[in-house]
Amino acid sequence: MIRARGLTKSYGSVRAVDQLSFDVKPGVVTGFLGPNGAGKSTTMRMIIGLDRPSRGSVTVNGRAYGDIRRPLHEVGALLETGAVHGGRSAFHHLLCLAQSNGIATRRVGTVLDIVGLDGAARRRAGTFSLGMRQRLGLAAALLGDPPVLLCDEPINGLDPEGILWIRTLLRRLAAEGRTVFVSSHLMSEMAVTADRLIVVGRGRLIADASTQEIIDRSAVQSVTVRTPTPAKLRDLLLARGAVVDAGADGTLLVAGLDAACVGDLAADHGIRLRELSTRSASLEEAFLKLTQDSTDFRAGEVA
Amino acid sequence: MTSTVPLRPAQPHTIGFGNVRRSEFTKLRSVRSTYWTALVAALGAIAVGVLICIQWRNNVLAGKDSVDGLDAPLISLNGLYLAQVAFGTLGVLVISSEYGTGMIRATVAAVPQRRAVLAAKGIVFAASSLVLAEILSFSAFGIGQAILAPTHASVSITAPGALRATVGGGLYLTAVGLLGFGLGALIRHTAGALSAFFGVLFASTALVDLLPTSWRNDLIDYMPANSGSQILTTAANGSVLGPWSGLGVLCSYAAAAILAACVLVTRRDV
Repeated sequence: MIRARGLTKSYGSVRAVDQLSFDVKPGVVTGFLGPNGAGKSTTMRMIIGLDRPSRGSVTVNGRAYGDIRRPLHEVGALLETGAVHGGRSAFHHLLCLAQSNGIATRRVGTVLDIVGLDGAARRRAGTFSLGMRQRLGLAAALLGDPPVLLCDEPINGLDPEGILWIRTLLRRLAAEGRTVFVSSHLMSEMAVTADRLIVVGRGRLIADASTQEIIDRSAVQSVTVRTPTPAKLRDLLLARGAVVDAGADGTLLVAGLDAACVGDLAADHGIRLRELSTRSASLEEAFLKLTQDSTDFRAGEVA
Repeated sequence: MTSTVPLRPAQPHTIGFGNVRRSEFTKLRSVRSTYWTALVAALGAIAVGVLICIQWRNNVLAGKDSVDGLDAPLISLNGLYLAQVAFGTLGVLVISSEYGTGMIRATVAAVPQRRAVLAAKGIVFAASSLVLAEILSFSAFGIGQAILAPTHASVSITAPGALRATVGGGLYLTAVGLLGFGLGALIRHTAGALSAFFGVLFASTALVDLLPTSWRNDLIDYMPANSGSQILTTAANGSVLGPWSGLGVLCSYAAAAILAACVLVTRRDV
């Protein structure tokens, strides 16, 4: 269980994290979603005590990170892939971290097996691909077999096979009853990985709900309808309060009414339909809509 | 749905300083820069000492130099002035490379007690440095005196001040290494810390040399390199500082840097 209350981090006059309060519960994968620069990494860094909050607090299983006796047994963190000395072998990187928390050397071999790096144990981390570095970071996070796992953008730089692997692993770890907190800026990835979502933008909390709820809440649906008599149907639809855009060759794009209503309306008035279909907004569109007002750097609108 | 949580019972122990020290020793011995700088230090200490001793011997044997007042131990330890650069560089690197590579974040996440990390790192570095430095200093003394033997100016380790200068040579290199370590911990960037190290060790003396004579004479003996190297001398050289007080002054520079780093380490984000 991770609990943040009024968590705030200011850099000068810029608030990277602004009054964030949330709980991350065990047993499920919780996604931490937001555009780049939303404060996700800063929040994660405050959870494990790398950055000091300007205000507010965050605890892991009821304790501030600095009060945890042997942190690797409580919290495993996969931070940005850079947190490795490139001149050190994967084995020695993990060994020095294990030793600091009194973890037996044989555990190093075990975690290397889990992440599939056993063949590269003696290679220097600087020669690793981005995907291998992610695996090494995950191995470090798993050293203490911790009940709480933090992953900052774990799928960055992974190939499709690696993405599937990490998604399966995270879900398995959550199913074992652990608290799994994963940040990403990709809604589509979170939709298939996370059970719950905490959505942030510009350091503020935007949503905190189940993934399905958030998708439903922000999904935009529209109906495409094609008819030989678009003008007549258009007037009828407008009269029913729908928003209608005219497309090419008699196509109408209808928002505010579902396909069944549009079909019934046409039938009631004897209008022939040549096409009637529902189009769901993609998850990324839903996400964009959700965070629209909070995106730090938005591309200029095209007139 | 409830599932079994692989929660372990509350850990009764703290991390334990021994664990942190063991971890830091693993870090020190598992990167190549440690061995490279050690090799450079060895080459500097021995090779330069040998060359200088050979030149002295040849000059004396050719009648160009007198052995009167010759500080034979100091001559054989001249290579330590080159080796100190390697020790200082290693001192900077053991801490600045953690910041440079981002490893510090993994380190601090594993051991949130940052001062304990600094202390363990400092102790491991100092102990390892001291072992190497003493080996180099005694080797340089032994080889150097053997080369000087034909001049009858060579001394044995039991001669007055010889043992102190040789043991002191190892202490001097370790203190210079710790100065680098303190500056590395304080500045956190390799290039910046190395510049500061060279500035404190060498440029400070050069700058003081430019001051008006009376000020210069008051200050010059207290500059880090001048004060610390008093421990290497067995003949009076006009410094106001003795061997041990001189080394003490060098150690205070290192201690000041390390203390400042200890104060700041818990205040800064990593």
